[in-house]
Amino acid sequence: MAAVQDAPVEADNEKEIKTETLNDAAGNHASAAGGVIPSPPVASTSSSGPAKAGGPGSEEQQTLMAVLQFLKKNNFVGAVDVLRREAGILEDSDESQGQELAASALGGAEAGDATCTLSRASSCTTSTPAVAAAPAKGGEDQPDVNVVLSAYSQQGDPALYQGYYSGLKKFVESVLDCHRAELSQLFYPLFVHMYLELVYNNHETEAKAFFEKFSGDQECYYQDDLRVLSGLTKKEHMKGNETLLDFRTSKFVLRISRDSYQLLKRHLQERQNNQIWNIIQEHLYIDIFDGMPRSKSQIDSMSGSLAGEAKREANKAKVFYGLLKEPEIDVPLDDEDEEGENEEGKPKKKKPKKDSMGSKSKKQDPNAPQQNRIPLPELKDSDKLDKIMYMKEATKRIRLGPESLPSICFYTFLNAYQGLTAVDFTDDSSLIAGGFADSTVRVWSVTPKKLRSVKSAADLNLIDKESDDVLERIMDEKSASESKILYGHSGPVYGVSFSPDRNYLLSCSEDGTVRLWSLQTFTCLVGYKGHNYPVWDTQFSPYGYYFISGGHDRVARLWATDHYQPLRMFAGHLADITCTQFHPNSNYVATGSADRTVRLWDILNGNCVRIFTGHKGPIHSLAFSPNGKYLASGATDGRVLLWDIGHGLMIGELKGHTDTVYSLKFSRDGEILASGSMDNTVRLWDSIKAFDDIETDDFTAATGHIHLPENSQELLLGTYMTKSTPVIHLHFTRRNLLLAAGAYNP
Amino acid sequence: MADREERRFAEVPRESIRLMAESAGVELSDDVAALLTEDVCYRLREATQNSSQFMRHAKRRKLTVEDFNRALRWSNVEAVCGYGAQDTLPFRPIKEGDLFFVEDREVNLVELALATNIPKGCAETMVRVQVSYLDGKGNLEPQGTVPSAVQTLSDDLLKYYQQITRSILGEDPHLMKVALLDLQSNSKIAALLPYFVYVISGVKSVSHDLEQLNRLLHMVKSLVQNPYLYLGSYVRSLVSSVMYCILEPLAASINPLNDHWTLRDYAALLLSHIFWTHGDLVSGLYHQILLSLQKVLSDPVRPLCSHYGAVVGLHALGWKAVERVLYPHLPAYWANLQAVLDDYSVSNAQVKADGHKVYGAILVAVERLLKMKALSLSVNAEGGIGGLPRPGGIMGCRESSPGLSPPPEPLSEPGLGIASHLHAGGAGCPWEDWTPVPLPAMYCELYSFFGDSLAVRFSTGPSLGNSPPAPLAQPPTTRKELPGGTANLDTARKMPQLTANLNISPRQDGSPHGEQGGGVGSAGASQSLARSSSSSSVQRSRSSSSRPGQRPSGLSRDVFPKARFNPLPAGPPIFSFVIGGRQMGRRCQGRRFQTTFTPSQPLSAVSSRTYAHKLPVIGRVGKPVRRWTCSQYSLHLPL
Repeated sequence: MAAVQDAPVEADNEKEIKTETLNDAAGNHASAAGGVIPSPPVASTSSSGPAKAGGPGSEEQQTLMAVLQFLKKNNFVGAVDVLRREAGILEDSDESQGQELAASALGGAEAGDATCTLSRASSCTTSTPAVAAAPAKGGEDQPDVNVVLSAYSQQGDPALYQGYYSGLKKFVESVLDCHRAELSQLFYPLFVHMYLELVYNNHETEAKAFFEKFSGDQECYYQDDLRVLSGLTKKEHMKGNETLLDFRTSKFVLRISRDSYQLLKRHLQERQNNQIWNIIQEHLYIDIFDGMPRSKSQIDSMSGSLAGEAKREANKAKVFYGLLKEPEIDVPLDDEDEEGENEEGKPKKKKPKKDSMGSKSKKQDPNAPQQNRIPLPELKDSDKLDKIMYMKEATKRIRLGPESLPSICFYTFLNAYQGLTAVDFTDDSSLIAGGFADSTVRVWSVTPKKLRSVKSAADLNLIDKESDDVLERIMDEKSASESKILYGHSGPVYGVSFSPDRNYLLSCSEDGTVRLWSLQTFTCLVGYKGHNYPVWDTQFSPYGYYFISGGHDRVARLWATDHYQPLRMFAGHLADITCTQFHPNSNYVATGSADRTVRLWDILNGNCVRIFTGHKGPIHSLAFSPNGKYLASGATDGRVLLWDIGHGLMIGELKGHTDTVYSLKFSRDGEILASGSMDNTVRLWDSIKAFDDIETDDFTAATGHIHLPENSQELLLGTYMTKSTPVIHLHFTRRNLLLAAGAYNP
Repeated sequence: MADREERRFAEVPRESIRLMAESAGVELSDDVAALLTEDVCYRLREATQNSSQFMRHAKRRKLTVEDFNRALRWSNVEAVCGYGAQDTLPFRPIKEGDLFFVEDREVNLVELALATNIPKGCAETMVRVQVSYLDGKGNLEPQGTVPSAVQTLSDDLLKYYQQITRSILGEDPHLMKVALLDLQSNSKIAALLPYFVYVISGVKSVSHDLEQLNRLLHMVKSLVQNPYLYLGSYVRSLVSSVMYCILEPLAASINPLNDHWTLRDYAALLLSHIFWTHGDLVSGLYHQILLSLQKVLSDPVRPLCSHYGAVVGLHALGWKAVERVLYPHLPAYWANLQAVLDDYSVSNAQVKADGHKVYGAILVAVERLLKMKALSLSVNAEGGIGGLPRPGGIMGCRESSPGLSPPPEPLSEPGLGIASHLHAGGAGCPWEDWTPVPLPAMYCELYSFFGDSLAVRFSTGPSLGNSPPAPLAQPPTTRKELPGGTANLDTARKMPQLTANLNISPRQDGSPHGEQGGGVGSAGASQSLARSSSSSSVQRSRSSSSRPGQRPSGLSRDVFPKARFNPLPAGPPIFSFVIGGRQMGRRCQGRRFQTTFTPSQPLSAVSSRTYAHKLPVIGRVGKPVRRWTCSQYSLHLPL
């Protein structure tokens, strides 16, 4: 859906594919001969090769022609006229030039048609560098369908494909045990690419037979993708199929030890098995490492994502996972107001005070980012008061552990026939918000204090602004109620998030917008439009001001509440972004995706700094540990995986849930991980033990080949059933009481 | 993979594609259809795969039409409307055409828009919190609402269940009371509801035991009254159990000593209670109940006690039900009842007594019907100002207008028409065609069956509960209630007459059933008749001016003075009625009959013992103790 932008382009592509088949029919195997065409930019430069030879003047002319042709194709008659007038090209010369161009493109034959020239041409004519960058670099994100598919145009004998595959299979079965597991990784990507090649070249029956014969050999966690593939039997189907494009545009990454790789190479060269070798060269990325080959379980724990494992380089970047220094605020034992006054004048934190409570943050964490690495909003008075409240509460916090488990309170949404889709609690657990499938957002007060909105402007004028209780006076007593309903979205609300200061609420919806609501007036303040497709999740930064959103368009966007356009766009996921989470230090965001990977993005520069693979299903929940070192992610397969952010390693696998894990939360001190699932249970896990049990030496840290202990049962501290209520959200109060929420489903 | 063969996709046959194309006005050739079919199947698969993520993000397990439409919308395809209903759509075949289709009934939008019976089910969305697990400890059993197997019940619930059933079905009345009270107020027994419903459905196995049936009905009542229970579709099961008690010829009723009448009355009350409080949980419940009652009523093979049940059931469901079902059936039914009542043979005694019961029940029902209809008319006419005495006034006006004054025979014609129609309708019951009979016509029709007995009860009805009105100070009511006016007594001879006999002392007059073969000769009856004539003479002088040529029914006067002398604050006085005279109905011209009966409400006052030595004993006497104990266990689930 996302890849195909609009109708005209689609129509365009159709034509192009036809010309291309013509090229193939002419027996022009230029692409095979020329070797790799990994991405459109390469193709475009090579196609412009012959044009260059014609001299600079003719090249310019040709570019213009290409633009004209493109405009014509898309029926931009006005634009064609204007361009023609300005360039002084005659109608007939246009015609003849067009033919000439077509001829030269045919001669060039490198996926040669107008679009390739066009991508170059448009980058020349348009002035903005952003747009110019798009076609050049955009091959990875928004590939031109046609170019992507053209790589399959090479023809082998379709009858031999089964032979090739079973030959390789036999070989892998015959090698030593230690290599077999590693080489088995090849099966799935090879299988898919061979199948697609057969389909692309219209060998439908052979493709079906091939699928029938070998689909059973694939790992069970690729089942979903195989189901999509098996439905795809015609060349026409390949266009616009996301899964296919994802597979094609990204090279499938395999990690294989050098020994195994040598073995494979030797085998393929001996057999002259060019078909397979070509696929490996063109569509796979083999990340070769020195050392012991990995075992089957090691491989299985890391594979499963749409595009194979992460390259090792992808996780090499340094991540500042430490926490920011807390602003030092004296906890006033008696007079809070005065302290507030004292603090007012200066920018924020870092006033050296003697007996401050924030003793733990007296020294800068070596792993923490610079305090001002990204600009954070200054603390307001109310924030400071809240911090003080937080610290006071924290002193009463219960220390949890395997022996002292938290009490659990369950917030049941009753009569939610319209469908509860998202829940959030405020940090102080005073408010609860629910997003519903009927487009509404409802906010409840879970304390006796009722929700009140501010008086109208006219009434506010009448208030004595000097009075001490002005904050109390501005509230409209008449509007007090236990819950408020916020209307504004035009589709199911898939995510809600409170701002840390409890003044705002974010909601994102199927209608493609993210909305910011005021909890003072209970009205919508801003609708952030940017995602053109459903937005699956949104989340406020722990320091407020920033928020992240991600959705069906595979792009996560970072916003600031006072900007109507995103500050950063994080592109790279190969499928929908299903969940988003801010790092506690607000310098990073994690996104989980339907491509079965978790990515960590640096807010400062927009880079992807971590790619975590290992999930076998779309990821639906994420949680950072309070110290910022670890990340937990839960997926539709019911498994929870634990990650060490600093080393970029998977460090734990928690098996127990039988259905999608929709919520994860660490306790306030990080001793307990709570997970809530569609299977109507809350489970508690011993996270300390999970982190400690893993021993990391230099080797594992370097290669990332961790050996996971099978200790889910030891780590599971408790399973708690609900009354046929799926657990949608979990929250630890400041005193470590566990709150869970969900809608009763009779 | 073993299931490789089965993993085929749902496919749309080529013929369907061609049919659809035809309906859009396009002829498809074979190969085009084949291509199109393949593409359609693929697009459908694609859309389905896309729609699944909407389901996942809505945190549901069920893929809805809505999800699919969203997927279509986002891939620029028009959504498919009209399939968003929550209920499953019935998929039906047409036998002749080899055609399958989704049933799509027409919806009456006007009716829908103007509907006032907004279901109570859709309450406000709210959040409730409870501490589920304290310090991580708690029971690890699921506390779900509808456990599929007995094993999933927690020990506590299991114990509770056993205790409750044991004490309700056990010997100790005190224990039973406690158990019922708890059942009424316990908020944590949702999980046990299916089991209780199952126990209650055991009525069929204890139909010989009135006591048990009674207890089970009480259990129903407690469950229904429990504010924490959501009965849901269990209402249906409960209703069927209650209906069983109302309608079935229970084994217990073979023995005339058993007072199954009270049970039926109680069950009928319960039925109306369930219906009014929980009727909205199951759609079409009202019609189902009416239909089954009608079926029983129109089935002459059924024993009279079943008919009695149907009548009291209708009565309990309200006067509208009586008007719709009982009233149209009455002409047809009357003949059967009359035949029973006219048979004076000894062997028929029992049946005849039952017949009187039915007669009484019908009488009570139609009186209420008339009263309520009059009331509703007056409310409609006067904007609700009229209180209780009002309807009388209006009625009076109508009755006194010469055109509408009751010549019973001709006006009963339309009533029969409707009756025959509803009868013909049978189970189909075309409700839509039903038109209400105007009140005067209805009154005339009913009068033709019941004669004066109707009028008597009609007048006493409303005043019984309240202060008894002075007989002379109510000209408007008497007008209405006594349409007979000043008629001579020989016309009265033709009418069936009902004599009310108020027993002030608890002692019965000894012959509640009237001796077989006896004429109007019972002492009580004649006595009251005499009194009635004397009092009616006073009455006549007052009301004669307004109704010349009509006969007063002085019987009501007979009641009032007595009731005034003995105001019984504790409860309604106990009546026994003697009906005598000639039946004026069309089918039974001039037949003489006479009978005595007690009205249904104060039945409990007549202990069944008093019948014991008067009537031939059928079936077994005494409590079947042994069976009873066995049956107690039969109700328990094999836990």
